[in-house]
Amino acid sequence: MAWYIVRRFLQLIPVFLGATLLVYFLVFSLPGDATAAICGERGCTPAVVAGLREQYNLDEPFWIQYLLYLKGVLTFDLGTNFSGRPIATIIAEVFPTTARLAIMALVIEAVFGILFGLVAGLRKGKIFDSSVLILSLVVIAVPIFVLGFLMQFLIGVKLQWTSPTVSGDATFTELLLPAVVLGLVSFAYVLRLTRTSIIENVNADYVRTATAKGLSRRRVVSVHVLRNSLIPVVTFLGADLGALMGGAIVTEGIFNVNGVGNTLYRAVLNGDGPMVVSIVTFLILIFCLANLLVDLLYAWLDPRIRYA
Amino acid sequence: MRFTRTSKMLSVAAVAALSLSACGGGSNEEAGTASGDNDAVIVVDGSEPQNPLIPTSTNEVGGGAILDLLFVGLVSYDADGATQNEVAESIETDDAQNYTITLKEGQTFTNGDPVTASSFVDAWNYGAAAKNAQLASYFFESIEGYDEVSAEGATVDTMSGLTVVDDTTFTVALAQPESDWPLRLGYSAFFPMPAAALEDPATYGENPVGNGPYKFASEGAWQHNQQIELVPNEDYEGPQAAQNAGITFKIYQSDTTAYQDLISDNLDVLKIIPTSDVKNFKNDLGENSIESPYAGNQTIAIPYYLPNWDGEAGKLRRQALSMAIDREEITTVIFNNGRTPAKDFTAPVLDGYQSDLPGSENLEFNPDRAKELWEEAEAIEPYDESEPLTIGYNADKGDHKTWVEAVVNSVKNNLGIELSGKPYATFKEARTEATEGTLTGALRAGWQADYPSLYNFLGPIYASGAGSNDARYDNPEFDQELSDGLAAASVEEGNEAMNRAQEKLLEDLPAIPLWYQVAQGGWSNNVNPVEFGWNGVPLYYAITGK
Repeated sequence: MAWYIVRRFLQLIPVFLGATLLVYFLVFSLPGDATAAICGERGCTPAVVAGLREQYNLDEPFWIQYLLYLKGVLTFDLGTNFSGRPIATIIAEVFPTTARLAIMALVIEAVFGILFGLVAGLRKGKIFDSSVLILSLVVIAVPIFVLGFLMQFLIGVKLQWTSPTVSGDATFTELLLPAVVLGLVSFAYVLRLTRTSIIENVNADYVRTATAKGLSRRRVVSVHVLRNSLIPVVTFLGADLGALMGGAIVTEGIFNVNGVGNTLYRAVLNGDGPMVVSIVTFLILIFCLANLLVDLLYAWLDPRIRYA
Repeated sequence: MRFTRTSKMLSVAAVAALSLSACGGGSNEEAGTASGDNDAVIVVDGSEPQNPLIPTSTNEVGGGAILDLLFVGLVSYDADGATQNEVAESIETDDAQNYTITLKEGQTFTNGDPVTASSFVDAWNYGAAAKNAQLASYFFESIEGYDEVSAEGATVDTMSGLTVVDDTTFTVALAQPESDWPLRLGYSAFFPMPAAALEDPATYGENPVGNGPYKFASEGAWQHNQQIELVPNEDYEGPQAAQNAGITFKIYQSDTTAYQDLISDNLDVLKIIPTSDVKNFKNDLGENSIESPYAGNQTIAIPYYLPNWDGEAGKLRRQALSMAIDREEITTVIFNNGRTPAKDFTAPVLDGYQSDLPGSENLEFNPDRAKELWEEAEAIEPYDESEPLTIGYNADKGDHKTWVEAVVNSVKNNLGIELSGKPYATFKEARTEATEGTLTGALRAGWQADYPSLYNFLGPIYASGAGSNDARYDNPEFDQELSDGLAAASVEEGNEAMNRAQEKLLEDLPAIPLWYQVAQGGWSNNVNPVEFGWNGVPLYYAITGK
């Protein structure tokens, strides 16, 4: 098991190199001169442009720029963005907010998704099952920005139960509404996955055996049916956690959350190469770690799976 | 000038407010006694400053709005754009080229340092020197010695035109006479900086120390991408003394989000109404909304290096194109009267503006004349149909698509030529092509005044070789009128020459003026009516709570 984890960590190295190279190249190939974004509508004098190009290594060819960036990363110096602020500081500022939002959304979608899915699966074809299926279909079909603006308007502006936007402190109550919006779509998927999985397992042999042994229905459902039905759901949630940590650009935009998604969006607009690459690389690492966590969870859920 | 009813009422209010603050003598207690709660902290919308908060390295409005509160220069602009002395006791010149500037005694920065002649001279030299790569460096270009310090690899770092006489006096020699130069001195690039700033600009840019009506609430009051908290500077004595207990700039990623906060009273002042709400903001906000013309315009620059648009035929085509655009209809339908049709190349709030310059008929909607002109051009040189005109715009910031399509349709319908809008993914992509001179079509260009002067709308954009001359316009007669205007003995004479220069532009149309900007803003139920200045920025210092 320990060796397995070490091996998985070693795998991160080529992923890191490949991802940074690819992303750096993509940003590098964006049309337009990065200094033009800094200088704005009025432009700068040639001397200022030259100074900026030198400061951000923009006058170097692609490979040199990339190697300089890598060198910075390996010496724990991510450099500065085009506003002259250290990138590491910026990530440290925005990541906790996004992490909090992501975890809240994940908890919401997991708890409600599994609960509703379980009940719907056990009562297949009944009124609850059908209405939940229709509800989830609607949620999946409606684009997230519609849901976002709608809930912001109804709950934030009309009813005024909570502030329509998130302040710098990003408190629990402020984040609740964006977390619900963010979790809604995945909630529908989790619900459907759980329901299908439960329906399959309810009729499995080992469930009949467990019932025949005289176990209570409660124990049969929670230990035998549910636990075995969770494997596809956990896979989905793991992948989703990575995606949520990556920041939801749309949701963060609607609720003015100062998180990773918004920061990335701004960096792309400004053609801020080092910033984009640093954030994306950081996200890839998180995504890999979330996947590792999921793989380890498999072993716990299904004792037949062993890693060596 | 075209004014809406609200703005008329507001200008009355503006005059009243100005006379009040004049009587008040500028001190905090007296200035605010008129009405309203002076203990309210006002929350306003802002955008993240793109650069450290150093006057000479700021070239965009997000940082500019903050700097204008943290600092005052030699002069400042009142609500109508007229200059008023701040730190300057007097600015004197006999020839519009050599200026003697005397400062008021006893002015200090908020760290206690005195504001002296060196605070200005050192800051300006810092801003101009090439090695510091300051974004606003070109503002110093008129000063003698600028060319030497701003050249790449320059070894000199002080401009020869600046001389400190004593603590409160310095002289400025310009490279050529420029009568409107004193007008520029209220712009942020010309603000003074304390010695500490120049020793360690990086630290200073995070926690700037100024001499203006406001100061940072504390070290680290700039919470990046979240908010910037300002409190009144009790030592400031001038026309812009704070009438509230502080201004907090809440930073929004989008106007739409900010608008939701405004209508739920979580935000006190919003200076831009998002395009999606322009049609209904007056219903939503009622009395709490404003439309106020400001010194900005929108044009379409057509480069002379495009094959169809040069020479005599090109000139006729430009005129035809301009007359085929129904500005009145577009400003009414698309902007809900949030813009006013352009009559010249500047903006109506400026001193010296004229709406009836010879040639302004080229900006009137006249489809019949447009067709005639187009035919005349065809007779000289047929239009190369293989390269139909495109109108470029950036799709990342600002909502330009709607109006560009409206202009395209207007021209198509009235002139019957092929034309299309061309979106650029990012602003920088469009700017890069414009700077390099590789545009394949026209490009939209917005201009917002840095300082209230006609020259600011003409020189930087249409003078041959100027930095923002996207059209690559090169007309010696125009350049001559411009320099005559700058060299004029008085601002009035200067303005006359500027308007003569504009007549050339109106004939040649290097760019096609479309409309003047109107600030559309609103405020919450927690504050008294807010006035907007000549540059479309709310007069933050004068906002009071209810």
